[in-house]
Amino acid sequence: MKVDEATEASIISGLSRRDFLKFCSAMAAVMGLPLGMGEQIAEAVATQKRPPVLWLSAQECTGCTESLLRTNHPTLEKLILELISLEYHETLLVGSGKQAEEWRVKSMNENKGKYILVVDGSIPVKDNGIYCKIGGKTVMSLLEEMASQAAAVIAIGSCSSWGGIPSADPNPTGATAAHEVLKSKGIKTPVVNIPGCPPNPYNFLSTVLYFLTFKKLPELDDQARPKFAYGRIIHENCERRPHFDAGRFALQFGDDGHRKGYCLYKLGCKGPETFANCPVQLFNDVGAGAWPVGTGHPCFGCTEKGVGFTLPLHSPARPKYITPPGMFPHVDEKRGHGTTIAAVGVAAGLAGAALGAAAVTAKKLGKEDEEQGKSGSKEK
Amino acid sequence: MTEAKPIGGKIFTKPFLVCAFFVAIAGILIIKRYIFGIGAVSNLSDGYPWGIWIAYDVVVGTAIACGGYSMALLVYIFNKGEYHALVRPALLASAFGYTLAGASIFVDIGRYWQAYNLFLPWYSQLNSVMFEVAFCISLYIFVLWIEYSPVFAEWIDAKGLRNTLNRVMFIFIAIGVLLPTMHQSSLGSLMLIAGKKVSPLWQTGFIPLLFLISAITMGYSIVIFESIVSSVGFRREIETPILSKVAGLIPVLIGIYMVVRFGDLIVRGKLGLAFAFDLKSVMFIIENILYIIPAIILASPQNRVKTRQLFIASALMLLAGAVYRFNAFLIGFDPGPGWQYFPSFSEIMITLGVISVEIMAYMIFVKKMPVLPSVRHA
Amino acid sequence: MDMNRRNFLKVAAGSSLLLASGTSADAREARKLSPDAVGILYDATVCIGCKVCQSACKEHNKMPVEHSSKDMLWDDPVDLSGKTLNIIKLYANGTGITKDSEVDGYSFIKRHCMHCVDPACVSACPVTALKKDPKSGVVSYNKDACIGCRYCQLACPYNIPKFEFDKAFPQIRKCQLCDHRYKEDKFSACCEFCPTGASVFGNVNDLLAEAKKRLALQPGEYYKYPVAHVRSRETSYRPVAKYQGRIYGEKEGGGTQYLMLAGVPFTKLGMPDLDETSDAAFSENIQHTIYKGMIGPGVLLAGLLFAAYKSTNKKDE
Repeated sequence: MKVDEATEASIISGLSRRDFLKFCSAMAAVMGLPLGMGEQIAEAVATQKRPPVLWLSAQECTGCTESLLRTNHPTLEKLILELISLEYHETLLVGSGKQAEEWRVKSMNENKGKYILVVDGSIPVKDNGIYCKIGGKTVMSLLEEMASQAAAVIAIGSCSSWGGIPSADPNPTGATAAHEVLKSKGIKTPVVNIPGCPPNPYNFLSTVLYFLTFKKLPELDDQARPKFAYGRIIHENCERRPHFDAGRFALQFGDDGHRKGYCLYKLGCKGPETFANCPVQLFNDVGAGAWPVGTGHPCFGCTEKGVGFTLPLHSPARPKYITPPGMFPHVDEKRGHGTTIAAVGVAAGLAGAALGAAAVTAKKLGKEDEEQGKSGSKEK
Repeated sequence: MTEAKPIGGKIFTKPFLVCAFFVAIAGILIIKRYIFGIGAVSNLSDGYPWGIWIAYDVVVGTAIACGGYSMALLVYIFNKGEYHALVRPALLASAFGYTLAGASIFVDIGRYWQAYNLFLPWYSQLNSVMFEVAFCISLYIFVLWIEYSPVFAEWIDAKGLRNTLNRVMFIFIAIGVLLPTMHQSSLGSLMLIAGKKVSPLWQTGFIPLLFLISAITMGYSIVIFESIVSSVGFRREIETPILSKVAGLIPVLIGIYMVVRFGDLIVRGKLGLAFAFDLKSVMFIIENILYIIPAIILASPQNRVKTRQLFIASALMLLAGAVYRFNAFLIGFDPGPGWQYFPSFSEIMITLGVISVEIMAYMIFVKKMPVLPSVRHA
Repeated sequence: MDMNRRNFLKVAAGSSLLLASGTSADAREARKLSPDAVGILYDATVCIGCKVCQSACKEHNKMPVEHSSKDMLWDDPVDLSGKTLNIIKLYANGTGITKDSEVDGYSFIKRHCMHCVDPACVSACPVTALKKDPKSGVVSYNKDACIGCRYCQLACPYNIPKFEFDKAFPQIRKCQLCDHRYKEDKFSACCEFCPTGASVFGNVNDLLAEAKKRLALQPGEYYKYPVAHVRSRETSYRPVAKYQGRIYGEKEGGGTQYLMLAGVPFTKLGMPDLDETSDAAFSENIQHTIYKGMIGPGVLLAGLLFAAYKSTNKKDE
């Protein structure tokens, strides 16, 4: 106990400058920025007033927060006490009830246009949003209120990015993505989506730090996801890819191929149609293999709208980019079309019919010739 | 000289309806081809781009339709008027054979809607054997119908038209002999450019000559064959004496053909391939036996007066020419290891449909128009 | 039977044709390589079978994916086709361990249009849909001219032109040496993206010189293989393999602008064993002898007209 407390104390009391730079460089690396950028990030984080962050939880499971709690560089404490100023977060807030709501309003007013709004969970819009309320207000109205005054909105998790589990058929609450709700209300605050169930916390942290450093959002794709994290499909970086290219597949959980680490495509892996950096970023800082496919379970496409929570878990994926395999056609591969029973049958039948008709005719003619021979030149 | 007269009779006979059934099937398959592409109905592939549609419908089809050409050569060029009675039915069969070959091309060619490009001077490619063949056959189809047009004129009883036609007919007869001479030889030349893809048993610089001689021979054979078959089919008397005279030409022609065929193989030193006893060699042997038998049968004058012998010999000669063409275009053609081809069911049915159309049209024409010579006791 | 005159005429007509078709006194000269001709040198001993060329070809020619396996997971054509203009194929023998060895070895081979110096397809095409650029020597296709007769497919000794058998409005498809990229100062995608220098683009004379240089090297010796372009300064430094002592395409069928080097006999790699004369010249010689200036057919027609006139007029009387 004592040791743990001591360690914890040292973490909370602050990182050494060296460790801090290391962290910033790691974040730069996640985003694919040049190494020198680490210092720039460190400078931005150190010199500026800690940016205020308000965290709004809608229809969610707190999985996104839980995953964030497990980051090691930095730890959550470091994050919320030194890097950002977490003004409002229902799970982590010390205060509660009326006190918490008052603080939210106060902070919003004080940091108007400067704070970052993080949303996790989907927004129920059916029946005027009555299915999720905080302090008597629907999250739909809270989102509208808080987003309109924010510098940027970060939608963390698949629920707030595109609906997630709550939006799965039949979607009883009308669960909707945050950016869609904002769009329908005409709020123009920029939104970044960090989908995943849960998303990799470093993708979130990197986005926050990028915003702090460069005062703009990182490059986004057509679904407002940062390209550094969601630019490529899982299949392209998967460590099992060589098995796919060679046509070696696990066909059942626990079969020989599964044990040998073969490709999980035939178990329903959605890697070929899911955009995320899971195979390169990994989870929980425990080293190689720490991601679903690495542990032997097919990717189920949690980040991808229309894939995760939509397609059956073990149905085969629809590959997005089809490339040549690791196998080669032989120089004199069999090509063209050979015989079929029907064709040979018809051909033989026709030949037979022609031959038969000819034989019959010949026979008949033979008789006529004989008759003519017998009766001389007599005409019929 | 015997006058030609329509033979009359019912159109919708049993054989006619059977043919109509095949045409209907082929029609459906052809619609399928135009919607889903050639691959949907045929076994044609990039290795075997030409299958039975070319080898049978066009190459064999037009050779069988050489009756008009062969008879015109005999009657008008070598001035043997006594065969005149055979000209009309032969011309009719030729006109159908060529027209259908021309029409069936539109099933086979991929970009049929641009077929007229052949006749646009800025697209024409004069070095191409294909250009020569396509251009020549299209022209010949027109010439054939003009040669046949006096029959229409008689049918509608237009005397003036008939006379005008008669006056200029010699021009079309001459062109009608020149054109088949050109394209029947060029049909063989088509394979020259395939080079080593065609087995040396068939690939030779003499292929145009071989194709020409065998086409003329097939022309005389079809005249005999068709005359006997339509006599049997329509229960008419057989014109055996005149047919046996025509038959006398066949062994001579086969003789010339055989000298060229084997002389060429011996000079090139490729005759050994004929006795390898693989598929190609066996087909080569069958092909040449089919040539030799009718030559032997018809070499004897006694056999030439027997209808049965005439029938068997002419049928075998037609088969020989057909096998030769199939061998040169398909059996002897090898695009390389791994490639294979056998016509698909649909492909065969479409070809069968084309043949059926021809038979049906022939039945209608001889019954309604003055084509066949009138028989004394008809 | 009076057959003598007939026979005589037949024989005479036949033998005149025979003479015309059998001899080629008036031979058409085989076409020569343009000094500005561009092409590709493919060295199978340098190829590692990564298929980047195959992918790059698809991407830069906007060709669709082609599935040959039931899984439909890969772009895995078994040969060139209406969807695939460039393909890497494999020769394997026995244990298939040693690279560039005919016995118990393997070798890759990259197939696409050879861009013949005297192309059979161009000679075969009745409507000039296939043309050889007089300067670059690229054999290209014009779909607006093509009638889809597929004679080019029959004619090509390498089976290169491919037809879209699965389409209602098909085209012929073939490699055009990425001639659409020259404007942007780029060259064939299969060469540009080749990581090892197995495929290099360049002037055909440069390529021939490079190929001859390689043949003169000793196996095991190190050599700087240019990458992407024959004149590129980027090289890959690697030991020389044992070559078959000839350049495929230098003379085959009158020469090609796609040249090949390999460690395995070319016939084993699926390349046809061709003579040095082109089939186009062979075919055109015979056709030209018969149809030169249309003199032969003209004379024949005159004779036919005379004969036909005589016989028909006699009959009318």
